[in-house]
Amino acid sequence: MGQLLARIWEVLSRRVDSFLFGVALTIVGVGLITLFSAADQNFARVSSQLSSLALALALMWIVANIPPQTIARAAVPLYAAGIVLLVAVALWGVTVNGSRRWLNFGFARFQPSELMKIAVPLMLAWYFQKFEGRVGWKDFALAAVLIAVPVYLIKRQPDLGTALLIGASGFYVLYFAGLSWKVIVGLGMTAAAAAPLVWPQLRDYQRERILTFLDPARDPLGAGYHSSQASIALGSGGVVGKGWLNGTQTHLDFLPERHTDFIFAVFGEEFGLVGNVVLLILYLLLIGRGMMITANASTLFTRLIAGAITLMFFTYAFVNMGMVSGLLPVVGVPLPLVSFGGTALISLFIGLGILMSVQAHRKLVNN
Amino acid sequence: MARFLFSSRGRSHGGALDSPELKNPEREAYFFRRRLTIAAALVALGLVGLFVRFFYLQVVQHSHYQTLAETNRIAIVPIVPNRGVIRDRNGIVLAQSYSAYTLEIQPARVPNLEQTIDALAEIVDVQPRDRKRFRKLIEESRNFESLPLRTRLTDNEVARFAVNRYRFPGVEIKARLFRQYPYGELASHAIGYIGRINDRDLARIDEWGESANYKGSDYIGKVGLELSYERELHGTTGVEEVEVDAGGRAVRTLSRVAPLSGNDLTLSLDIKLQEVAEAAFGSRRGALVALDPASGEVLALVSKPGYDPNLFVDGIDVANWELLNESPDKPLLNRPLRGAYPPGSTIKPFLALSALSSGRRTPAQTIVDPGFFQLPGAAHRFRDDKPGGHGTVDMYKSIVASCDTYYYVLASETDIDDTYRFLSQLGFGRKTGIDIEGELTGVLPSREWKRQRFAGKEYRDEHRKWYLGDSISAGIGQGYNAFTPVQLAHAMAIIANDGVAYTPRLVRSIRDVGTREMRAVDPQPAYTVPLKPEHLEVIKSALVGVGREGTSAAAFVKAAYVSAGKTGTAQLYSLKGEKYVAGRVDERLRDHAWYIAYAPADKPRIALAVLVENGGFGAQAAAPIARQVFDYYLTGERKAGPAPAAAVSDAEDQSD
Repeated sequence: MGQLLARIWEVLSRRVDSFLFGVALTIVGVGLITLFSAADQNFARVSSQLSSLALALALMWIVANIPPQTIARAAVPLYAAGIVLLVAVALWGVTVNGSRRWLNFGFARFQPSELMKIAVPLMLAWYFQKFEGRVGWKDFALAAVLIAVPVYLIKRQPDLGTALLIGASGFYVLYFAGLSWKVIVGLGMTAAAAAPLVWPQLRDYQRERILTFLDPARDPLGAGYHSSQASIALGSGGVVGKGWLNGTQTHLDFLPERHTDFIFAVFGEEFGLVGNVVLLILYLLLIGRGMMITANASTLFTRLIAGAITLMFFTYAFVNMGMVSGLLPVVGVPLPLVSFGGTALISLFIGLGILMSVQAHRKLVNN
Repeated sequence: MARFLFSSRGRSHGGALDSPELKNPEREAYFFRRRLTIAAALVALGLVGLFVRFFYLQVVQHSHYQTLAETNRIAIVPIVPNRGVIRDRNGIVLAQSYSAYTLEIQPARVPNLEQTIDALAEIVDVQPRDRKRFRKLIEESRNFESLPLRTRLTDNEVARFAVNRYRFPGVEIKARLFRQYPYGELASHAIGYIGRINDRDLARIDEWGESANYKGSDYIGKVGLELSYERELHGTTGVEEVEVDAGGRAVRTLSRVAPLSGNDLTLSLDIKLQEVAEAAFGSRRGALVALDPASGEVLALVSKPGYDPNLFVDGIDVANWELLNESPDKPLLNRPLRGAYPPGSTIKPFLALSALSSGRRTPAQTIVDPGFFQLPGAAHRFRDDKPGGHGTVDMYKSIVASCDTYYYVLASETDIDDTYRFLSQLGFGRKTGIDIEGELTGVLPSREWKRQRFAGKEYRDEHRKWYLGDSISAGIGQGYNAFTPVQLAHAMAIIANDGVAYTPRLVRSIRDVGTREMRAVDPQPAYTVPLKPEHLEVIKSALVGVGREGTSAAAFVKAAYVSAGKTGTAQLYSLKGEKYVAGRVDERLRDHAWYIAYAPADKPRIALAVLVENGGFGAQAAAPIARQVFDYYLTGERKAGPAPAAAVSDAEDQSD
């Protein structure tokens, strides 16, 4: 009996990186505690998030047990399916709040752009692996097209935030694949120079958000309201916070989107700077472990995908906390592992599963 | 090029170690790790950046934000703009807003709701009806909304509550804007009403991208012009930054951006004419649409019975709602737009015009009417209304005496798709584009229409086929034909206006309250139907003949002007060859009475369609209503009471 349990434990834990897993679960725990407060102590949301978590963990475990070479084989079909679904969204998608992001399958709504968050870096990593050793400028150009197509499709939904994040995930692969610094700097400068050209292309609400970012008092009822209320929540939290369930901003209904994109404001108000630093350290541990896995990865594919996923975790966390604290304009990015939302939780844990697979299946470098 | 783009392999000029053909894992790893290190440095920088920001907000600026959040919470309060006023063409107010005091409760801040309401009932009058409505509001509302328990408090009540205010945390007196429709039921289907914003409305507002502008708005247009001109009428919400104390009450205003009232609408509708028209109906059900043919302006839009839109403003109570919603008279149905009725004989002048245009008939061509029509080889007789028939009938007589047999013969010789093409130019079978939502297209049958209509699996091919018999019924405006009153009025206006079609419009001009500018809604001819003047002349003179010596002559005795019109009777009840006797048929299965007309005949100023549901003969029931409307509009003469049934001179003229 004891042997059987030990055997089951061994099967369950063999491919799971305990450090990464422990840190991720701690962050999820922080999220659930905050969610309970944000939902006015209504357990329904917490239990809904818990059931998403169960599914996410199962998927993480499955992915962690698949060798990276097998994962690489899924890259092309996943990417192709993602593109097909994005086109389907453009044609038959469900419009909510003026943007067309969802496909309705009757029983559930699915947001294909979530799939692309994993599929794009996978596809690029697969591509560079396949042509390893003879990669030329044409391959980078093609890779740029592979990034640009989904980014374009998502941007016109319109969902600029997600489009930029997916663009970033592709860019990280290119960066680790060795894209020349000159090109990176060149791209950065082109982007800066192109900003005045992009401005007329943006939707009204997107411009509004940027203008509001520059001057939050511009539109106190609309976009600016989110920003200034979030700042008040964080700032009034002080060093130790107002205490769990005691955030006035949260509970007097001043904070918008407090379950999802702005949940960090709830956390910061109730747990203060101390809480924030703990959360920053948790993310640092998560990202640091990801980088260690990346550094130890033995093949080009595993390096690229592990590096990209790790940087994505950082990007999400940075953009979300930057947005809530007023460093960045308001874009719809959830705080990874904390914000309410099943799809995001699932794709994040699949990402962690890939990292674990990379770590568990690494060959020792023969030297 | 490759070297330029791909730096890890790039610096390979000379040196055995750099030689590109030597795959060098160590060198690879070196470059990769260098990139990873740089990334790690950026991550560290980002996290430190966040920490600095948090430190700034939570330590350096803490007391500032502390002040904002705790001692003096700043609330940003939207100020709801005044909704635009709706006036008739002579400036008479049809819908306006006024400010009144409401007693509002924020349920989330009141520990024991029932007790609080009981205590409040001792100070202000709270009826069981108010409690019921309030409970309904709580179910529908979001968490922290403040909800009205009582509306329109008297000054006395306001004063009494002010004294007792300390006893009721979470209860407040607020000034809110209410909508009032001074004419009540009159023109209610044109003006519509506003009601509380529900989830569907919220989705609509979101789609407009106006969510911020509707913060604080409780009401939105639900029906009629209030709905279709919502975005003109609503206005721009203002903002007030106020300090609120720990109890959430406003202490002091910090800054204020005034709201901008909604734009005012001036309608083409003449409320006096509307009054005359509605009075002419008496207690009968039906619809009337009167247009200015030269511009498409809607002069009157009647749907009887109507309803009092004031009932909907505060949220209608259950009893009244059931009364309106379940009445067999369907007072909530907008008949001119959403009632599709068989046109009956009113279709005849249009069919005659079609026959002239296609060259299938000349005005002088005659048929001999024996009182029925038979398809060759068929036993079934399509009966004329006049037993024994009208004798020799030319086109003029076919319209003036409304001879069915003439049109049975015409229909038997005409392809239904040709008829479809011609009549659709006159606006039948499609929306007229009137500026109220919900208009029906009606049915103008064609082969294609029938195929589509019976495409379902429960039908077989023989259901989908077009039969000659279908054409014969359609030829006198029965069969599949179903038109809305606004379509018939529109078609009549096109004839009156010599083929130039204007889209029917209720709004004449919009006054921008911000710039104080009047924006006229210019009449634009939508299109011109290619009609020959000599053909129009034949039809118009026949239409004049109808009022002078034909089916509606009795209704227009001694009129001070010359009018042109056509009667119609829409059968609801299949008689299977029996003669129709009104008294024997259940009232709600009796024929609908139609009259379409314009006047004065030489220079038309008004064109209309009248429908009296279950009214019987068009000549009897509908034409007298048209007479009263014309009399008032053209001569200013006004009769009291409903239009009397016109005498029908003899059995002959009962051919509708």
